[in-house]
Amino acid sequence: MSLQLDRRSEELRLRVVRRPLRHDSAAKHVAGSATFVDDIREPEGLLHIAAGGVPAASGQLLGVDLAAVRAAPGVVAVLTAADIPGKNDVGPVVHDDPVFVESRIEFYGQVVFAVVATTREQARRAAKLAKVAAAVGTHCVSVDDALAAGSHILPDCTFRKDDSAAALAASAHRVKGQLRIGGQEHFYLEGQVSLAIPGEDGDMLIHTSTQHPSEMQHLIAGMLKVPVSAVTVEVRRMGGAFGGKETQAAQWAALAALAAQITGRPCKIRLDRDDDMCLTGKRHDFLSDYEVGFDAEGRIQALETVMASRCGYSADLSGAINDRAMFHADNAYFLPAATITTKRMKTNTVSNTAFRGFGGPQGMMVAERAIDEIAWALKLDPLDVRKRNLYGEGRDITPYGMLVEDNILPALLDRCEVTSDYRARRRKIAAFNAQNGALKRGMALNPVKFGISFTTTHLNQAGALVHVYQDGSIHLNHGGTEMGQGIYIKVAQVVAEEFGVDADRVKILATSTAKVPNTSATAASSGSDINGWAAKNAAGAIKERLINFAAGAYDVVPSQIEFRDNRVFIGNQSVPFAELIRKAYLARVSLSSTGFYKTPKIHWDPATGKGRPFFYFAYGAACSEVLVDVTTGEMKVQRVDILHDVGRSLNPAVDIGQIEGGFVQGMGWLTTEELVFHADGRLLTHAPSTYKIPCASDVPEHFNIALWDGANREDTIYRSKAVGEPPLMLAISVFAAIADAIHSLNPDKAVPLDAPATPESILRAVQAVTS
Amino acid sequence: MRGEIRILRRGEVVKLSGISPTLTLLDYLRLTERATGTKEGCAEGDCGACTVVLRRLRGERLVYEPVNACILFAGQVDGCEIITVEDLARDGTLHPVQQAMVDLHGSQCGFCTPGFVMALFALYHRADTRPVDRQRVNDWIAGNLCRCTGYRPIVDAALAACAETANDWFSTEEPDVRRTLGDLKDSEDIFIGTRERFFAAPASITALAKLYFSHPDATLVAGSTDVGLWVTKQLRDLPKMIWLGRVKGLEEIEDRRDAVSFGASVTLAEAMPYLAALDRDLGELTRRFAGTQVRMAATVGGNIANGSPIGDLPPALIALGATLGLQRGDRPRTLPLESYFLDYGKQDRAPGEFVRVVRIPKFGEGEHFRCYKISKRFDSDISAVMGAFKLRLDGTRIAGARIAFARIAFGGMAAIPKRARTTEKALIETYLDRPDTLEEAIEALAQDFSPIDDLRASAKYRLDAARALLRRALAEIGGASTRRTRVVGFREAADVAPA
Ligand SMILES: Cc1cc2nc3c(=O)[nH]c(=O)nc-3n(C[C@H](O)[C@H](O)[C@H](O)COP(=O)(O)OP(=O)(O)OC[C@H]3O[C@@H](n4cnc5c(N)ncnc54)[C@H](O)[C@@H]3O)c2cc1C
Ligand code: FES
Ligand code: FES
Repeated sequence: MSLQLDRRSEELRLRVVRRPLRHDSAAKHVAGSATFVDDIREPEGLLHIAAGGVPAASGQLLGVDLAAVRAAPGVVAVLTAADIPGKNDVGPVVHDDPVFVESRIEFYGQVVFAVVATTREQARRAAKLAKVAAAVGTHCVSVDDALAAGSHILPDCTFRKDDSAAALAASAHRVKGQLRIGGQEHFYLEGQVSLAIPGEDGDMLIHTSTQHPSEMQHLIAGMLKVPVSAVTVEVRRMGGAFGGKETQAAQWAALAALAAQITGRPCKIRLDRDDDMCLTGKRHDFLSDYEVGFDAEGRIQALETVMASRCGYSADLSGAINDRAMFHADNAYFLPAATITTKRMKTNTVSNTAFRGFGGPQGMMVAERAIDEIAWALKLDPLDVRKRNLYGEGRDITPYGMLVEDNILPALLDRCEVTSDYRARRRKIAAFNAQNGALKRGMALNPVKFGISFTTTHLNQAGALVHVYQDGSIHLNHGGTEMGQGIYIKVAQVVAEEFGVDADRVKILATSTAKVPNTSATAASSGSDINGWAAKNAAGAIKERLINFAAGAYDVVPSQIEFRDNRVFIGNQSVPFAELIRKAYLARVSLSSTGFYKTPKIHWDPATGKGRPFFYFAYGAACSEVLVDVTTGEMKVQRVDILHDVGRSLNPAVDIGQIEGGFVQGMGWLTTEELVFHADGRLLTHAPSTYKIPCASDVPEHFNIALWDGANREDTIYRSKAVGEPPLMLAISVFAAIADAIHSLNPDKAVPLDAPATPESILRAVQAVTS
Repeated sequence: MRGEIRILRRGEVVKLSGISPTLTLLDYLRLTERATGTKEGCAEGDCGACTVVLRRLRGERLVYEPVNACILFAGQVDGCEIITVEDLARDGTLHPVQQAMVDLHGSQCGFCTPGFVMALFALYHRADTRPVDRQRVNDWIAGNLCRCTGYRPIVDAALAACAETANDWFSTEEPDVRRTLGDLKDSEDIFIGTRERFFAAPASITALAKLYFSHPDATLVAGSTDVGLWVTKQLRDLPKMIWLGRVKGLEEIEDRRDAVSFGASVTLAEAMPYLAALDRDLGELTRRFAGTQVRMAATVGGNIANGSPIGDLPPALIALGATLGLQRGDRPRTLPLESYFLDYGKQDRAPGEFVRVVRIPKFGEGEHFRCYKISKRFDSDISAVMGAFKLRLDGTRIAGARIAFARIAFGGMAAIPKRARTTEKALIETYLDRPDTLEEAIEALAQDFSPIDDLRASAKYRLDAARALLRRALAEIGGASTRRTRVVGFREAADVAPA
């Protein structure tokens, strides 16, 4: 009771967090004055880099004739593996990502050399002049190819809970199926770009668009054979990232650094969109088999699934991504018995990588399809089956042994059911479908439960650096990078709250390895959670010194000192914040501090597949309605109602932006975005002309978003919850709604709809249920 | 003869004389001017990050046209004022469009934002788009991609900013700008460069005919929404470029009682109202043709001349019975549009010959038209299949009517836009209210076409979809409400809300 009261009064005291402040760069974005890497005023003597690749997906490199490249106008240098002083590698975990091919070719277009020239156009033109000879080998392009060839990049991995085979055998009903889930191109609007500026003593400063400055720093140091301390990586902002600028930024940053070291001049590389799409990893596509056993009410007794993913040519982050698919194969549902396996297939394609959700969405798709299968088999409303299977009292252990303590889904789902008017609309839809031949409507309400924390436990740490200057202005650095998700403003709000000043007193600076070292990637939705705490700890340390100083100087007890409204209230007087700072400076109080945070409670044992990998879960639900033309497969999303849990929001405007943007991105993944590879390994959809992310008219006209109002039960920063990734998975409701519309054609058949649900995919499913 | 390009930029007339023919406007801005507010997201006209606004005189009207700087050649902006994102705020005050974007959280990463701001700035200044509703905004920004926001806040910002009539510092200076741009207007041929390497912009049909006749190896450029990509994507060198944008006579639209004619350099944006007036579906087809920025540049002539098997206008115009006017030297000729397309990449066009005009007959008694585009994404996508159907029915009653005549053409079904002649024949003497009589014709599509598998669709899907589209056209012409036959682009006005 008193704890609750404390919380409430603390809540009332908050001035800066919880407010829907604008993105700190908003005014610069709209004026064109926000500087992205390619906009940095070019240093004198800048050279430009273009990469050249192999014309085969596999085999051996026989030779590269670069004579014409070297002779081309403007060319200053041509680089190959032989020019690398250190390691020819930018692999993040397993070291299997060469900067340049040396002999073994792993995918079509893999980089074998780089041209450095006076202009970008000269570099690009020169790169076309190389003659690359290769002995073409055999290759796998799709998951199917890799399964047939037994081509694995990492060993299979399985979570087991109880005896699922026995539980399946004992189930009253069982259904088997297969689901294909397409990959996804990040399509950040700003492509990969790096600018390297050489300094004295072999130092290197790299401006790059990356979510992981520390990793870039480490990899570049290893490649240049210099100490890590000689390399500084700086990121002011990215023009979108979504996971695609975590490891995938490395090769380009490395090329820029290498060229700068060799030429002694500043060097820049900016990938053309086609090269970016052909040469960088994407979301893993999956081929998932599942079998689910259930009782007459539709309660799951057991689930067995084998999810095979296209990892591409190297390991990259595929291990952790596949793990996360396994962690989410239950989604929100209690599985009394389960065997969950992932197969990490090696293919001769780009190395697939992190993408918002990090495998979680693909795992969740299996759970949601399994539930639909049950509903179809028993002729129940899928929402009823979903509710019956939610985690609950005594049904609260995940397949990986974690206790679900914070489950708010039963109430959240109920509320979403009411606000979306689910039952009444179901009836209307049934009536519509009964009267229409070519057009069918479909609807689905799906929950999301997403685990928050890096599942690689040691990554759950963050640092920050706060200085207060004599005029009371505050300088903030932390390890989080800004990619549009609003981490800078959120963390600045935390610091401003701590000092009781307006957020615009806090100067937000570029993320730099020189300011905060050994950071983790801004990923796993964890950015604001961990950097927010680190920054609060840094600011808190300074504040504590200020309180001690003021208590002495004004002769009051520390509890009588309060920082708010840009002032410091000391006993029954108050002074402007800046004035106290000046006094503290004169009194020789340190006004600078680092801060550190590590996420508590989490642990994970990969050997046994058990532990508590997540600090907490973020929840949400979405109800989507679609209209499908079952003669052509054309589809339109008509209405979406979202109820999403962000804990107590640090900044509701930013959070709603993440929810909407994530949802639309997820919708694209499952509908219009299709990656098509040629049998020879070339990606055919390598530009926005052929790869279609959602545009404005794809967003449903009726798009209602609400925040679930409830504090995080864990002690996160101001009891907020991470929001970057979970909303993407709300879009599974669109996919399920399409299947629901198709299901109306034949209630006796399961709908074998594959993702993405392009018109063609939809028509194929229609034909399957009506044939 | 003029040896330079003249543009109006930030109040000054800028003259460019030494430009390379293939210099893009985006490179001019970012590399030459170092105005880096305008971004490159794709360099192919699909993302809108490079959107700038051309303020120009179209006849007597001063208009604001958003265009993709990435695929526009610098020479093509002759006589225009170029407005970029850096120009909107004045004296520290954001433009209403910018302010609305800020207030409504319209940017996240901010990389797409300059392009959106410029597209919305143009929308703000266009009286022809009022009142601005959600659908209008969606259409207007179909050529702007944002990967972060999910668009809702951007659309809200557009609605907020465009709720008032345009009244900003740009409105105030319009009289001056009109005068300056008027002064820049001349009827000189432009020629920059040498006989081996040039950018030319003839001002008359005669001058064009003469120049192209003597340089049949030159590249004709109209809107450059195709040609631009040859440069930015394929790095092709185009030493001789003849731009059609100044040719007097090619920009003409003739709307007569029996036909409407478009000169080859009429843009899709200008043609749109005429096409929409011919038939709602043609309007919808044009609305779904690329995005606003591309439609501002792309021409009717270019869409036909390029001979693409997946161009959207050709099948529709073939079904409508359009004819094409060509000219070589001083010799004009006319041919039915379908005869222009010979084979993949091959057209009935001699070296030095250019497309001059396309003439579309209007509908006669008892004639009905439908056309449909199928693509992975509704807006700003290339067709997987595009079908166009013109039928003439006997008698006045629709239900029970007998088909007396049919012209059907498809895109995406063959190496060229092509008529379905077997199907057309099979439809004659069938009855719209007797589906059994129609089935044979629908099946005949398989004799007319053997489509291919590609990244947009499989051969099987294409044929299935073509059948479905024909079936849809027959049902609709037979009286079915499009509310029961399609998911977008209804012909009936009233909107039906979701359940
Ligand atoms: C983002 C984007 C989206 C697009 N979406 C669509 C779409 O939805 N549907 C569609 O059909 N197309 C689409 N296109 C293709 C393109 O816009 C059209 O084909 C357009 O009509 C071409 O016209 P243009 O004036 O830009 O041609 P240009 O690029 O200037 O020229 C195209 C070709 O035609 C030749 N040419 C031009 N004019 C003449 C003439 N008068 N006589 C002889 N030859 C001539 C040129 O030499 C060149 O070979 C899209 C293009 C882009 C970049
Ligand atoms: S950069 Fe994408 S449209 Fe121009
Ligand atoms: S705000 Fe990032 S792409 Fe639009």
